[in-house]
Amino acid sequence: MVDATAIEPRGPKPKRAFSSTNIMLYGTLLLVSVYYLLPLYVMIVTSLKGMPEIRLGNVFAPPLEVTFEPWVKAWAEACTGVNCDGLSRGFWNSVAILIPSVAVSIAVASVSGYALANWRFRGSETFFTILIFGAFIPYQVMIYPIVIILRELGGFLGIQLMGSIWGLVIVHTIFGMPILTLLFRNYFTSVPEELFKAARVDGAGFWGIFFKIMVPMSLPIFVVAMILQVTGIWNDFLFGVIYTKPETYPMTVQLNNIVNSVQGVKEYNVNMAATLLTGLVPLTIYFVSGRLFVRGIAAGAVKG
Amino acid sequence: MAEATKRPNSLTRNLTAKIASLPMIATALVIFIGCTLWTIYHSFTRSRLLPAPDKWVGLDQYERLWNTRRWLVSIENLAIYGICSLILSLVIGFTLAALLDQKIRGENVFRTIFLYPFALSFIVTGLAWQWILNPQFGIQEVVRRWGLESFTFDPLNNADIAIYGILIAGIWQGSGFIMVIMLAGLRGIDEEIWKAARVDGIPTWKTYVFIIIPMMRPVFVTALVLIASGIIKVYDLVVAQTSGGPGIATEVPAKYVIEKMFLSQNLGQGFAASTMMLLSVLVVLIPWAYLEFGGKRRG
Repeated sequence: MVDATAIEPRGPKPKRAFSSTNIMLYGTLLLVSVYYLLPLYVMIVTSLKGMPEIRLGNVFAPPLEVTFEPWVKAWAEACTGVNCDGLSRGFWNSVAILIPSVAVSIAVASVSGYALANWRFRGSETFFTILIFGAFIPYQVMIYPIVIILRELGGFLGIQLMGSIWGLVIVHTIFGMPILTLLFRNYFTSVPEELFKAARVDGAGFWGIFFKIMVPMSLPIFVVAMILQVTGIWNDFLFGVIYTKPETYPMTVQLNNIVNSVQGVKEYNVNMAATLLTGLVPLTIYFVSGRLFVRGIAAGAVKG
Repeated sequence: MAEATKRPNSLTRNLTAKIASLPMIATALVIFIGCTLWTIYHSFTRSRLLPAPDKWVGLDQYERLWNTRRWLVSIENLAIYGICSLILSLVIGFTLAALLDQKIRGENVFRTIFLYPFALSFIVTGLAWQWILNPQFGIQEVVRRWGLESFTFDPLNNADIAIYGILIAGIWQGSGFIMVIMLAGLRGIDEEIWKAARVDGIPTWKTYVFIIIPMMRPVFVTALVLIASGIIKVYDLVVAQTSGGPGIATEVPAKYVIEKMFLSQNLGQGFAASTMMLLSVLVVLIPWAYLEFGGKRRG
């Protein structure tokens, strides 16, 4: 695994504090930072202004009078169609989708990765190759047949999968599988083989080795997988809009419906508060997890 | 279970591992291969509201697709967005990585700032930029109030440049990620190379262009594949930022597919359009796979 952060910074040559190159270097970096920070700043100030102040029209000006009303309204009163119970419904839907999806997808992928790393069987590498190439197939190609599969499978099992949270859990498990399986397979391969052999000699089987040796030794990679999945599933829009129905829409879908609804007067402050609320979960994870987040995406990307 | 793994019989050998791998096997065979073939097959049928496997029409759907103005606009947009975001992401990503690699103070702070948009969804990104580019209250209005009365920058209202409005948001969201990959690549380069270049008196920029970048070819290829596979998926960003408008100015293929399948009940068109998307991915993927795996064999 390539770790983007472990190696200490090193460049061509150290420079004096106020040389002209240094001024240019930091100047450029600061200027670029403005571009990256601007949207976040604008969202925050807009969400704290009243509508009259917004109509005066300077998106960059800090609020003259700070109000949290837009946040309250976005959370509890904003309308999508006839429902006016705010973004809170979408939030709780997203939580209800997130928890089982993350748990199931990581459970399935870690076991698959473990089998691929330590219990190879005939054809296992072929299936893995298909899985990796499958990650590049546009979702649009597979979306409709999956609708049929969910409908048929639900009918067969006597439960409703299409349009319910569980259908979406299956979909997230499927599409999370390539990257997660790759992640776990590579990690488990790096676990010393002697450990595995010693456990075999002691009579431990597939599950025994997995739960007693592999899982306890691989907690960091489980955290990386969790960060990857939580942000990915929380930010999903496409699957949410296709495989659930309005009552179970995740937060991103509901947010889009609130902001881009054509009825009524546009309340930009409420819209921005709603947008920030939706971004809050992945942002929190990003800022809290820091290096692990970077490691997670770099691990997924550079190896993939 | 433990006994099963000890038996030398070929079918029951590692039986538990095989059973545990069933979800992976099913995903690979049923979803990635099965569903893809299903869609390709049905793109040759006259499916409307329901799939109609027996109404074979050959290439009719494709003919109609390539005669639809909306599809052509979608392809054109994808090409513009794709080429621009490929070049800009690579250039911005590499430049930022090279700047951060100069032993600077506060590297972590800058990296955090450049990367945080990547944690946000395309919906959030699209809505934020929709607001900033709002011609009535956004950047345009602010600059006009500063005194530049004739300043015009309204990509989301002007069909000719609307796709660039999407591009600005897309770059904002994704370039930090490319920077991280490039930075990992730069840190992987041997310090000796830099020392040798300095001893020979080669200027820094020349070292980057003629030595470092060629050495980072695998990293660039990876970044290229990642950006390219992201481009073809562009959907949420457009839905949130412009809903395809003004008019059909910012339509993209992914959106065309979803709308044909789920809104206008024209499944056959959706299947044909998604098959075209798959085809364009293969055009990128096959050369990459050739380079990647061909390279490994040589190494």
